[in-house]
Amino acid sequence: MHDSPSSSAPARPLKPETLAKAPAIIAQYPQQRSATMPLLHLVQEDRGYITKEDMTWVASLVGVTPMQVLEVVTFYPMYRQSPIGRRHVRVCRTLSCALRGSYALMENLEQSLNCKRGETSPDGDFTLEFVECIADCGCGPVVHVDASMHENVKPEDAGKFAAQLKATLKDPSYGLNPPVPGTPEWNG
Amino acid sequence: MPAVERPLIYANLRKPGYTVDIDCYLRNGGYEALKKAVALKPDEVCKEVEVSGLRGRGGAGFPTGMKWKFLDRKSGKPAYLVVNADESEPGTYKDRQIIYKDPHQMLEGIAITAWAIQAKQAFIYIRGEFIHGAKILERAIAEAKAKGFLGQNILGSGYSCEVVIHRGGGCYVCGEETGLIESLEGKRGYPRIKPPYFPAVLGLYNCPTIVNNAETMAQVKHVLAFGGAEFAKIGIPGDSGTHIWGVSGLVKRPGLYEIEAGKATFGELLYDLCGGPLDGRTIKAIIPGGSSTKILKVGERFKGMLANGTEFDWALEDIPLDSNSIAACGTGLGTGGTIVIDDSVEMIQALSNLNAFYAHETCGQCTPCREGSLWLSRVSKRITTGGGLETDVPLLLDIANQVAGRTICAHGEAVAWPVQSAVPKFKDEYLESIRKRQKGEAVPTLKLI
Repeated sequence: MHDSPSSSAPARPLKPETLAKAPAIIAQYPQQRSATMPLLHLVQEDRGYITKEDMTWVASLVGVTPMQVLEVVTFYPMYRQSPIGRRHVRVCRTLSCALRGSYALMENLEQSLNCKRGETSPDGDFTLEFVECIADCGCGPVVHVDASMHENVKPEDAGKFAAQLKATLKDPSYGLNPPVPGTPEWNG
Repeated sequence: MPAVERPLIYANLRKPGYTVDIDCYLRNGGYEALKKAVALKPDEVCKEVEVSGLRGRGGAGFPTGMKWKFLDRKSGKPAYLVVNADESEPGTYKDRQIIYKDPHQMLEGIAITAWAIQAKQAFIYIRGEFIHGAKILERAIAEAKAKGFLGQNILGSGYSCEVVIHRGGGCYVCGEETGLIESLEGKRGYPRIKPPYFPAVLGLYNCPTIVNNAETMAQVKHVLAFGGAEFAKIGIPGDSGTHIWGVSGLVKRPGLYEIEAGKATFGELLYDLCGGPLDGRTIKAIIPGGSSTKILKVGERFKGMLANGTEFDWALEDIPLDSNSIAACGTGLGTGGTIVIDDSVEMIQALSNLNAFYAHETCGQCTPCREGSLWLSRVSKRITTGGGLETDVPLLLDIANQVAGRTICAHGEAVAWPVQSAVPKFKDEYLESIRKRQKGEAVPTLKLI
């Protein structure tokens, strides 16, 4: 099992309400192992990443070995084993968005957010990543930040967009509300 | 006559003020088709769908009614319905609209389908990134259950069906139906080998399973609303209903256009509805139905004979927008996600962009796909960074030829087809790209890799 940065400092325990949600999730499925992925999402939504102890916990709940949960964690790009920045900024890299300038956008965002692609900014505010197609191809380039989709983010607007993202750091409700049609990030 | 849209799936969600709640859906005729369906016997519902000629909207275009017929009803095991809402094919963004703006339309189709195939449990496998989409669907399911359209004793019929939302983890290959089933079982999304793992016989938990695309479910609602025979009159024989064309890339008005099958051409879609190329540019090529479909070049002539015996001789702009015509031109309608490339684009960069996608998304199970996708990505990228050799162009084709047809799932074809179709058509341009870099000459500024 790969060591994560979390191994130096003990991870915060999962919240009691997270633990309490598990039985209902498992009960939705005819076979408990199917609950592996939703339980991992649950853990990650609580703490932001998944530890070895979490995998052992999930394994005990769904009746598999911790290794079988690790296999799942390492297969799916959305699961993380180490903490990320306070905002997770994912720029679509695939062809439709690239044709609309996502590579230039990424270069500009690296400057504006003081953060290289694939890394977290020194102040811990932003993790910046290139991701593959996120199914909003007609509005490219698109940027998926936490749970919110931002459409038509032009490369020349990167500075303005970065400022907007910095402002969201003070908004605890950012990304939590369902998308509102007509707003730039309606598509959630 | 200029091309016109005929919104069927998008009719409601485009109305100003239309919302996702069940009251809004009911005000717009919601769940009437389900009432019609439960008044029929399950076999009669299957018959309506078969008569409608509806083809699946997930990319392969398999007739939905025929797929349902393959369901193993003799095993005595429970049947499952799995809805594929793992929309991940580059260029495709049609299902997102249904999920985010008109979720009940899809749920009504699910309830009808579950009744038809007698599934008491349905799963919606939704992209992990559709975080709010999953919440919208969960709320919609709760509303539908409260009104008796889902859950226990649907519309007093005595029939019950539970629907569970299952979020994926950002993995393209889980859009492949058997990879999706593995993922739904809590494992890595490694596709299964057919035979024996045809989902209709050995699907989820090794039980008979129907896997249908999210939009297909919405189409099923309309099949019941119109009646199969009436629905078959929309579109053309062999391809009924509407297709949602999701145009992206370099046109003036990229967007989603819902058009009756076969009632417009690529020229009308690209130049009338999408407003043509950006100012001062010309369209050079299109990828018609999602990134895995074979590329079409402007200026090519497409000649041959359709299945009904009609001979054709078309320019790209003349190709009718139905699955048979597009297939006859050597590519596929796929998901209708059309990516438009213009003369500002260096084709080797476009190919390299897609090669990088497939290399990232291969599950690694089959050697030809795992190794081939990585080598294609490396070789095409080294051309773009100036390390290319003229022998790299035939090398790309050689690698692709060793992947297609040699893998468990169709990801192998998805890896190979962009290369196999683009290399013969753009070979000279690729060689020019190599030569320009060897001589240190300027190359197009739009960076795609």
